[in-house]
Amino acid sequence: MIPATFDYEVAESTEHALELLGGREDAKLLAGGHSLLPAMKLRLARPSLLVDIGRLRDLSYVRDAGDHIAIGALTRHKDVVEAPLLQEHCPLVPSAAGQVGDPQVRHRGTIGGSLAHGDPASDLPTVMLTLDAEMVIRGPSGERIVPAAQFFSGVFQTALEPTELLVEIRVPKLPSTTGCSYMKMSRRAQDWATVAVATLVERRNGSIGRAAIGLTNMGATPLRATQAEEAIAGGAAIVDAAPLIASGSEPSSDTAASAEFRRHLATVLGRRALEEAAGR
Amino acid sequence: MRHVALTVNGSRHELELEPRELLVYVLRERLGLTGTTIGCDTSSCGACTVLVGGESVKSCTMLGVQADGLEITTIEGLASNGQLHAVQQAFHEHHALQCGYCTPGMVLAAVSLIEEGKATSESAIREGLEGNLCRCTGYHNIVRAVSAAAAGVS
Repeated sequence: MIPATFDYEVAESTEHALELLGGREDAKLLAGGHSLLPAMKLRLARPSLLVDIGRLRDLSYVRDAGDHIAIGALTRHKDVVEAPLLQEHCPLVPSAAGQVGDPQVRHRGTIGGSLAHGDPASDLPTVMLTLDAEMVIRGPSGERIVPAAQFFSGVFQTALEPTELLVEIRVPKLPSTTGCSYMKMSRRAQDWATVAVATLVERRNGSIGRAAIGLTNMGATPLRATQAEEAIAGGAAIVDAAPLIASGSEPSSDTAASAEFRRHLATVLGRRALEEAAGR
Repeated sequence: MRHVALTVNGSRHELELEPRELLVYVLRERLGLTGTTIGCDTSSCGACTVLVGGESVKSCTMLGVQADGLEITTIEGLASNGQLHAVQQAFHEHHALQCGYCTPGMVLAAVSLIEEGKATSESAIREGLEGNLCRCTGYHNIVRAVSAAAAGVS
């Protein structure tokens, strides 16, 4: 399979990328290409211009920014997995990034590309929603910051305007008393998640305080399991909160799983991910 | 058309490419390096794995123009001076292939895994080769070969 014809420009800087992107109505940004190129081969996407931002090395970094860790949008999954700052301060991110695709995909795919693609079956959007991360977006009229809760708006849809570029992701530094887990079930080792659950748990002297629970592939966007989160905040044990994890979600049925099986998976994976994050 | 310079197996090639030409087709059809096979063509099977800058990449999911200025190694470039690469030798000695279609991609994925220091145990090797499918399901001998190559014994 070969994509339909398109024009191709290499961006020399972020400003140059924005200029090229704004110059053509159906232009698309190309980072690692591991979501866009397969879509173009299948004619699910057919941009007339690709703006290659893959050589903007200044957008590939993991930095300590005081109260948060800043991740450049063009940081590859492999580099996210291996970043000592993330392993120390926000291990949920490298843990989930290491479960994206397979080694070859992680050698090319980028964190920003994965988030901007907005696939509800992919791992990192859920992680960002669970962490209340922030997206730094640059466009023709300057920079704006969008919280993850407002970033993912539908299947393959995000708050990004066609003329905008995601430049940085800001994730919180978690206290050492916060545990985390990302548990994923897929049909084949390298596959997208049939269902996955991300958890953050505040550990308090042997019991648990607040928890954040995010769901992958349980609806049109990544979701938070708010009912289960509220139950835990109200003192419920993990085993009692877990059955609420799928409440309010609307998973689809497809060849990988029925909606009913997805709800079941979410409660089982969610219980395990809460227990792991709680250190049990 | 776009002017691109690639270094493939140590040789520099200057080419005029259509942007939509995928790296795997550039290697096979422009340069005649047909050792890189096309399996699923959807970045699932790993048959088309080559090394880009020393790291495993699925060449069906990368444009030739994206490889401008980069160093690529295909299965044809692994042996040197008539000597098989240690991973090739281990595949030979452990009979780590049946039909052989997945083998070039499997070997290059293994080379990358060993170079990154991640072929540290049988389970790490199995997980590290998750991007490569063998339809003959001959995984046991593949894992044995990669373990032997990683340990420096073949």
